[in-house]
Amino acid sequence: MEVKPPIPQVPVPGWGEFKDLQEWEKHHQERSPGDRTSETLASIAEAIHHFPGGWIVTTSTEKIFNWARKSSIWPVTFGLACCAIEMMATFASRFDVERFGMVPWASPRHSDLMIVSGTVTIKMAPMLKRIYDQMPDPKWVVSMGSCANSGGPFRHGYHVVKGVDRVVPVDVYVPGCPPTPDSLMYGLLKLQEQVAEFQKTGARPTPTELP
Amino acid sequence: MTPAVAASQIQERFGIAASVTGAELGVVVPTERWQEFGEFAKRTLGCTYFNWLTAVDWKEQGLEVLARVEDLGAPLVVTMRTRLQPGATRCATLTTVFRGAGWMERECYDMFGVVFDGHPDLRRILLGDDWEGYPLRKDYAVDTPHAPYR
Repeated sequence: MEVKPPIPQVPVPGWGEFKDLQEWEKHHQERSPGDRTSETLASIAEAIHHFPGGWIVTTSTEKIFNWARKSSIWPVTFGLACCAIEMMATFASRFDVERFGMVPWASPRHSDLMIVSGTVTIKMAPMLKRIYDQMPDPKWVVSMGSCANSGGPFRHGYHVVKGVDRVVPVDVYVPGCPPTPDSLMYGLLKLQEQVAEFQKTGARPTPTELP
Repeated sequence: MTPAVAASQIQERFGIAASVTGAELGVVVPTERWQEFGEFAKRTLGCTYFNWLTAVDWKEQGLEVLARVEDLGAPLVVTMRTRLQPGATRCATLTTVFRGAGWMERECYDMFGVVFDGHPDLRRILLGDDWEGYPLRKDYAVDTPHAPYR
């Protein structure tokens, strides 16, 4: 008797649950509530703020927190395409982002930053979203290279997401095809500046609108 | 086997005049003799190496399926092609002759929607299982927005 291995049944990806484009756009523009600081922390800060002279405490703790945040941004090791080579060069000894406190970490659970380095295909997008969802808040995204920014040379292809900001909200866009390590480092420094302002404004750049 | 001898054998067996360019033979095969020609190319002409299989969309003139088989020792290269009827998508499979044709035919099904009769496991191979349409067809609207990511 011939024994055949079972044919694997691949389940349909979960992102098909959106009914139409409008629903997806609505979801896209809303940010998850976990994105801001926790409400308990905010209420404690508010209470301290109402004491006479309490504002000195709140502002200085904000500064300390933000200094700590921006000095230890851990990017998740996540390379998609040829831009990942430049990203690896940035992580390596010649450019060495570790002096900014950035340790490439091989787990999204411990990471603060996702560098989307390369072309995001439609098949890859749900996995990218999953990794982004697995990262703890607060989290940031750097879109690296033309493909991640807008689809790049593959924009009019059938299989490429036309910009990773259609999948996850992006904080810094680094142009280039691929960007040099210097460009990426400039983008990361810009991100650090943005992180330094994080608590103060509580807001992040809104995702770009669809054409 | 030299290309000239191979061409004369094809003429003898199938009545098709093959175009010879160096070591390359171009053969236009009728669709119903596709599998038979594959068998002939492997057994008689000695083209045991299956290189690739793809299709061309000629719009209203229908699809064309191409395959290239080679005899690496001779060298002899046979590019066999068959034109499907306008609107037709069915073609015989070559997996009974070449095992390596399996994934190529799946890809061809994925991109052009050519249904290979007799293929053991004809599913999409590169695109997602929920993909609609066949993207390398000429009438596929590439920039149509689809939820969620396109």
